Amino acid sequence: MSGTAPAARWRGPARLVAQRVVLALFTLLLVSAVIFTISGLLPGDAAQELLGQGATSEQIAALRHEMGLDRPAVVRYLEWLRAIIGGDPGMSLVANKPVAEIISERLPNTLTLAALTTLFSVPFAFLVGITSAVTRGRTTDRALNILTLAMVALPEFLVATIAVLVFSVKLLWLPSITIVPQDPTPGEFLRAYAMPVMVLGVGVIAQLGRMIRAAIIAELDRPYVEMARLKGVSQRRLIFRHVLPNAVGPIVNAMALSLSYLFGGAIIVETIFSYPGLASLMVNAVTSRDMPLLQACAMIFCATYLLLVLIADTVAILANPRLRQG
Amino acid sequence: MDSLIRAARRLPLSGKLGLGLVVFWIVVAIAGPFVAPYPPGSFVNEEVFAGSSGRFLLGSDFLGRDVLSRLLSGARFTVGLSAIAVAIAASIGTGLALCAAVGPRWLDEILSRSMDTLISIPSKIFALVLVAAFGSSIVLLTLILALTYVPGNFRIARSLAVGLARLDYVEVARARGEGRLYLALVEVLPNMMRPLFADIGLRFVFIVLLLSGLSFLGLGLQPPDADLGSLVRENTSGLAEGALAIIAPAVAIASLTVGVNLLIDAATQGKAE
Repeated sequence: MSGTAPAARWRGPARLVAQRVVLALFTLLLVSAVIFTISGLLPGDAAQELLGQGATSEQIAALRHEMGLDRPAVVRYLEWLRAIIGGDPGMSLVANKPVAEIISERLPNTLTLAALTTLFSVPFAFLVGITSAVTRGRTTDRALNILTLAMVALPEFLVATIAVLVFSVKLLWLPSITIVPQDPTPGEFLRAYAMPVMVLGVGVIAQLGRMIRAAIIAELDRPYVEMARLKGVSQRRLIFRHVLPNAVGPIVNAMALSLSYLFGGAIIVETIFSYPGLASLMVNAVTSRDMPLLQACAMIFCATYLLLVLIADTVAILANPRLRQG
Repeated sequence: MDSLIRAARRLPLSGKLGLGLVVFWIVVAIAGPFVAPYPPGSFVNEEVFAGSSGRFLLGSDFLGRDVLSRLLSGARFTVGLSAIAVAIAASIGTGLALCAAVGPRWLDEILSRSMDTLISIPSKIFALVLVAAFGSSIVLLTLILALTYVPGNFRIARSLAVGLARLDYVEVARARGEGRLYLALVEVLPNMMRPLFADIGLRFVFIVLLLSGLSFLGLGLQPPDADLGSLVRENTSGLAEGALAIIAPAVAIASLTVGVNLLIDAATQGKAE
């Protein structure tokens, strides 16, 4: 294997990655069909609903025609799909603005929140996971197990409520709603984001920490670890040089999963802190039954989730030397 | 019954705590409304967001209603609807998983593909789309909660069932000429109950959190009915004064979900290690 040219060495993984990309795109296509079927076809007649009970059947038929609702479902789906892919999912029914415009205002906010939460949570999750794994079965591990088990089961609004009570009401340190000023100073920026990031972080740290522990423990049981121990490798070196590189696959997978958990949490957290992000936008779209907006938000979340899983898969493939031999 | 009690005795402290919380909430869900001091909808206190007192153990809410009474009736909705939803989700998910395990290859292929598609929609997003499309009457809400967690249950149950269906004793039964229904229900299902129950418990936690989250957003249970999440929502204006009316229902939900989690963890750990 040392004799093969570098290009040939990467051919195997490249093919695997290409397969994953195609599979992810195909899944996204199926997901779009599911979302359109649920939100576009099943809920009954939008024309009927817009006009209310008093409308005559001629009026309804005219509006149905105008809205294109009288065409076959497949045609409507394909047209919707083309619009979404083209980046123009139509007009928001409630705001009377293009959906694309509304989303482009909100999306960066959610990305910022997600990025900050990730930056904040991942180091803690590693700390929890590694500490737990190396003290397996002992008191520290058991205490962390119970703590994280409780943390994953806490509803976000309880964590948020407690955080607001402590930091805004009692200590008066942080604002209870998240308003990021134009051109914030670093201090203002941190103050604005501290609470939503902490609240979202609780779940992510717990969940990711547990999965990192499991991934490391699965490796610790393998023969090479025994070998390294017998060789006299120190605990620190064993974890960082031997075990972690081998556990990269499961760990990046766990990261993708917990980041998708972050979307769910963001729905609650953005609403509580009146943060103008995509998740709270989607909640508004549900309340006002603004289907074009809702569909676009749902597709963005699903596409991001699939992208995260794809990245995790790719990293796992590239990190696995056994697959690198072509 | 005896063996159940013995199993409960063997649980570690955290498991006993979890079991205690779970039993407590089951009892509250069943008996709560009968022991509530006041009707949940009646205005009994002039003072809103009152603190704890002898007459109102958990104080009063934003309209001067008794928080304890509302919590007792809200718990019935939270526990009851979630239990029904998880039962539906597990029946559909596990039923389809058994079909996939003992049925023809193409059926497994189709079921697995479609569930893989559904599982790649984050569950809260999926639930929001369903609520937007169908609204949230009690029946539809329960179905939506169930439907959201069918794919997850299917995935776990299928991998358990497929593993079992390949074992020799199932092959023997197949060679004996037993039908597929017999294989699924008599040979496979009983042997996957234990891990399946752990999964059902976890999904129950997810469903409680999802239902509470939806109600908290105003998209779940609609007034005048109120589950624990609705109680948190309607009292958000009391947050600034740290009112019991908002903290009590939120803590109630957490004690239920944490309790179930601790119990499952303790019950499965003995097996794993």
